[in-house]
Amino acid sequence: MADTAVHDAVGEHDGSDHDDHGHHTTTGLSNNKLAMWLFLGSECLLFGGLISTYMLYRGRHSANGGPDQFWDIPFTSASSFVLLMSSLTMVLAVTAAKRKDDRNTNLWLTVTAVLGSLFVAGQVYEFTTFYREGLGYTTSLFSSSFYTLTGFHGVHVSVGVIMLLATVGMILKNRVPGDKAEVVELVGLYWHFVDIVWILIFTLVYLIPA
Amino acid sequence: MSTDIAHATEHDETHDEDHWSDLNYIKLALALAVITGIEVAISYMVDDLGAFFLPLLLGLMLIKFFSVVLFFMHLKFDNRLFSLMFYLGLGLAVAVYTAALFTFKFFSP
Repeated sequence: MADTAVHDAVGEHDGSDHDDHGHHTTTGLSNNKLAMWLFLGSECLLFGGLISTYMLYRGRHSANGGPDQFWDIPFTSASSFVLLMSSLTMVLAVTAAKRKDDRNTNLWLTVTAVLGSLFVAGQVYEFTTFYREGLGYTTSLFSSSFYTLTGFHGVHVSVGVIMLLATVGMILKNRVPGDKAEVVELVGLYWHFVDIVWILIFTLVYLIPA
Repeated sequence: MSTDIAHATEHDETHDEDHWSDLNYIKLALALAVITGIEVAISYMVDDLGAFFLPLLLGLMLIKFFSVVLFFMHLKFDNRLFSLMFYLGLGLAVAVYTAALFTFKFFSP
């Protein structure tokens, strides 16, 4: 196991996906990547619980305090578009990293971080507007479950932005541990996961009327 | 023999992925953006679409979800063990929370 970690750390492969088979591990795959997929699988349970709780409680509100009174679909659609496009810029960063093109890797990672920040800013604006209109965290079971679900997602996006900027910093200083392309790919997997969770939230929470 | 098949499959998958240029990813992202637009348009047509409203929206949502998972996250081209890790978690979540929603009579009219 220690050998495996050392081999992974020194990055004994050229960075393409199919080098997963070249890893000196029991499975022949990258342990880091395997762990990331396992982590994302477990995250499905976290967000599944939050989405289910929201679905159960979305009707538990006062007569004029329901989703239809607060949602601003055009604004949320624009936010969704921004996050969707950040998935594109992320995948462009991953392909650039596989080509060992540091300049474009950093460029696309930075654009992804900017788009992610824009999404978080939109969420902060949305929360502030809802609060001013009378939808506080403890106003109803609906509001509590809504803020918890979208808040958890927002925190995940924020963590993703930090990961993206940290990766840019490490690439600039040439301090990436192990294989650079794999590190960018792992950050990308996390980022895309945040996007697919929003795909679910956008439809189930915003587009389907309570 | 089985090793040969595995190598052949791997080669095919490599070949497939090699064709996924940046342009392909851009095309996919644009398609997903169009689907998002269609979803938003559908959300304003609850009364017009009647019983088709929910299946249409959920279908489009799943198309977007699996497009990102399979292509942007490379799960279609990667080793199946990665798919297993993810789909086990996803399947468990769907099963557990569907059961929970049934328990709370969420699907009852």
